[in-house]
Amino acid sequence: MNSVILIAGARLQAVLLLVFSAYMLLRGHNAPGGGFIGGLIAATGFVVYAIACGTADARKALRFDPGSIAGAGLGIALFAGLMAALWGDALFTGQWLFIGETEDDKGIPLSTVLIFDIGVYLVVLGAILSIAFSLEEAV
Amino acid sequence: MEQLLSVLIGILVASAVYLMLARNLLRFLFGLILLSNAANLTIFVGGRLTPGAPPLVPDGMDAPIGDVANALPQALVLTAIVIGFGLFAFALILAFRAYQSLGTLNTDEMRVAEPKEN
Amino acid sequence: MTPAGLIPVIIAGSLFIWFAQMIPVIGGGDTLRYVWEWVPSLGVNVSIYIDGLSLTFALLITGIGALVMLYSARYLAGHVHQARFSLYLTSFMLAMIGLVISDNLLALFVFWELTTITSYLLIGFSHDTVKARRSALQALMMTGVGGLALLAGIILIGTTAGTFEMSEINAMDGVLKDSVMYLPIVLLVLAGAFTKSAQMPFHFWLPNAMAAPTPVSAYLHSATMVKAGVYLMARTHPSLAGTDFWLWTLTVFGAITMVFASVMALRQTDLKLALAYTTLMALGALTLLLGNESGYTITAAATFLVVHSLYKAALFLVVGILDAQTGTRDANSLFGLARALPITATAAAIAAFSMAGFPPFLGFIGKELKYAGAIAVASEPIFVAGAVLISSALMVTIAGIVSFRPFWSKSGTPIPNVKEAPWPMLVGPVVLAILGAFFGIFPETLATTLVNPTVAAIIGNAEDAKELQLWAGVNLPLFLSIATFVLGFTLYFYKQKLREILIGMTTRGPSFDNGWDKLMAGIASGSKALTRMIQTGVLYHYMVVTFGTALVVLAVTLWFRSTGIPAMGVPQVELWDWLVFVLVLLGAILTLVTNSRITAIAGLGVVGIGMAMIFILYSAPDVAITQLLVETLVVVLFAAAALKLPHLTPEPLRKRWLDALIAIGLGVVTTVILLKVTTGPIDRELTTFFETASWPEAFGQNIVNVILVDFRALDTFGEIAVVLIAAISIFALLKAKPEEEEQ
Repeated sequence: MNSVILIAGARLQAVLLLVFSAYMLLRGHNAPGGGFIGGLIAATGFVVYAIACGTADARKALRFDPGSIAGAGLGIALFAGLMAALWGDALFTGQWLFIGETEDDKGIPLSTVLIFDIGVYLVVLGAILSIAFSLEEAV
Repeated sequence: MEQLLSVLIGILVASAVYLMLARNLLRFLFGLILLSNAANLTIFVGGRLTPGAPPLVPDGMDAPIGDVANALPQALVLTAIVIGFGLFAFALILAFRAYQSLGTLNTDEMRVAEPKEN
Repeated sequence: MTPAGLIPVIIAGSLFIWFAQMIPVIGGGDTLRYVWEWVPSLGVNVSIYIDGLSLTFALLITGIGALVMLYSARYLAGHVHQARFSLYLTSFMLAMIGLVISDNLLALFVFWELTTITSYLLIGFSHDTVKARRSALQALMMTGVGGLALLAGIILIGTTAGTFEMSEINAMDGVLKDSVMYLPIVLLVLAGAFTKSAQMPFHFWLPNAMAAPTPVSAYLHSATMVKAGVYLMARTHPSLAGTDFWLWTLTVFGAITMVFASVMALRQTDLKLALAYTTLMALGALTLLLGNESGYTITAAATFLVVHSLYKAALFLVVGILDAQTGTRDANSLFGLARALPITATAAAIAAFSMAGFPPFLGFIGKELKYAGAIAVASEPIFVAGAVLISSALMVTIAGIVSFRPFWSKSGTPIPNVKEAPWPMLVGPVVLAILGAFFGIFPETLATTLVNPTVAAIIGNAEDAKELQLWAGVNLPLFLSIATFVLGFTLYFYKQKLREILIGMTTRGPSFDNGWDKLMAGIASGSKALTRMIQTGVLYHYMVVTFGTALVVLAVTLWFRSTGIPAMGVPQVELWDWLVFVLVLLGAILTLVTNSRITAIAGLGVVGIGMAMIFILYSAPDVAITQLLVETLVVVLFAAAALKLPHLTPEPLRKRWLDALIAIGLGVVTTVILLKVTTGPIDRELTTFFETASWPEAFGQNIVNVILVDFRALDTFGEIAVVLIAAISIFALLKAKPEEEEQ
């Protein structure tokens, strides 16, 4: 497809969707969103980008091989689950750290649960892009 | 609404089964998607329907106020949708490759593993 | 000698000593019993019960085992798989010991099967030859089928008697005999015993089992394993014997096997095969004797059991020596080797005298008792005694062929440069042969230690045991003995002519072995036809069967288990609901009826969006977002791939009425089930837990997300792994080139 508008629009849209997906990922614990939804949004952005500009461009824009992204995501998710062992808890027990905790406010929460959700995000993103790219290339 | 959706699921199942019984692999895939939709909807309806009350805990509270929608089937359906997508994509690519290799989408003629005996 | 050869000898020897020190206790009339619970819920115990019968068997197993293992340490020295052989043989020995000392019938069965498996491995030890593999499989199938029958019989015994402990069952007088299940129990137990102990017509695997190395034949297929069936009959004798059915079955099968086997033995020129058939004969004789309850026959059985094990193991080992030292075991090429193999020849002669039943050897006593026992079979003494006479006479002949001719005959030239076997191979035959002579001269040593306790174990009364004596006076058995020798010697001199006649007869007659091949081929083609029938290779057939089964199962369950369609009030349906309903309905119908790919994909998209709307309307924002995004991706991928695929061809409804019927049926059943489910009560306990624990314990306000990434994180991990696997599979599918392109 050689539509200039589509190409330009797809680039912009991909960036916007990527930012939006990160937002959905991070807010997921308290409002609708999360790793699955975030990963799907980011993947949609790149799939549109690939339709507009071709998969070669899309792969370049992605920087990493989608398969590796998915693999890394699974590794991160597993790592998050294994971290529970440091506190002597069962596998995949969430661990929390609240930075700047006060009486009323829990501060900035950091948790293995978030790390796990990032893993989910990466697996969904990588797997879908791997499927979409290789299909586009095969057709 | 549960009754209406039960009827709708029945219709989806019937359409899906009819499509999956077709000889054309593409129709089979259409049926597969409908069936997975029907299954997701079944789980969702099985958890009962609650309009206008998402399962969220309001700020400053320890638990949701009043009756909110059943969160458990929602979690199940959410992952089922993603897994269903994986299954569908795999089936689609399999059909695609089968067509490339065999030159047909008619399942009666796809007999590489179990050839017809003469 | 290598450790691999030596360790089994030490194990067997130590176990022999351990069992031997029990002789005074058991010989004194006591029994030992130890019980540990194993699977209490099923009544399976590890219980050890040692009486005269078990001890006799255990001593034979470990004693002959030690000698055979010493023999094979040398026989197989330098063999690549010597260690493997030792492992198999030792495992077999332990399984066999377990079999004879287990009191629990289920444990007995486990050990029974273990002996089958180890026997399979040992027969197939030379797995690079077709014959060995076939023989091994044949033995496994025959004894395996028998084993299954035995298991069924054991379960029947257990449910009838209420316990699986054989000593308790035997103590309950007539619990099995008076039960309606008696006949099935006997049939099943005997099916196990007859296949294991190779009674006609299940005999043919035993001669084939001679494909195993000679020590295995000596140990498993003459002295021990094949006697497991005999052991079983003896062990269950107190509970099962004493009926006409038992008497006649054992007598007829035993007699036929005995006569058939001894005639067949004469036909063989391979010495090992000749011995194999004499083993069959011995097994037939033991079966015959165990049919009775009289003191004579049981004493004869107990004595003959020991006698046979001693001389037969010795003779097998002798044949093994002949084979190893000359390179052949063909009766027509071995002559006059006594000078070259003096020790072997002596051992062979002593063992053969015992086998032929000459005084003063133990075999003589065994034979006299057999005659006495045969005459004691009150109903048909002539039939039984005749069978014993024919087979005993033939034993004399075979003993001559196996032990006299190769060493002493001058009818051919001896093979030159034959050396005497090394000592580890000589110990076995010599010790076993001497024991046979020793017990013959001092029979009371055997009687008081082993035979009487064994008789007591089988018929419950040691006083009934008949005395073992060399000279019992001038009586009928003595005359029969003399007739045996005359007949035996006569047959020996006409052996060549007899053999030719027999070969002529047997080659024309039906062969069990060929029948076996036909049976196996029939099973194979039958299962192939069955596979073809249920596995047609047509996807449509599989789908029809799958959905049809689902429909029938669900419909039948609904019909029988439900209370009818629930009463429905006027449903609370808003306008929005109707809109969504119509939207999804339209999408589904569009997909169903169209012949255009694009229209169908659009229809699917409509269904998906309708789904998302349902999720939004009923408070599932996360699910709705996911559904929308996935639907987008499905449409994109589908469009990309489907346009490269051919157009849809119409499949008219009138040709698909069956499909339509199944589809509508499943749709209706699904709706009815859902109506029932949604009008019934719902258990929200789990949801309530997640709702109340989500914030206080997991610090998340979005309960759905908390369930996914915290409470059920392990499940989610499994799910994303599946997604990744799907991606990898698709990648592989697309990147791998089709076969045509590679060529």
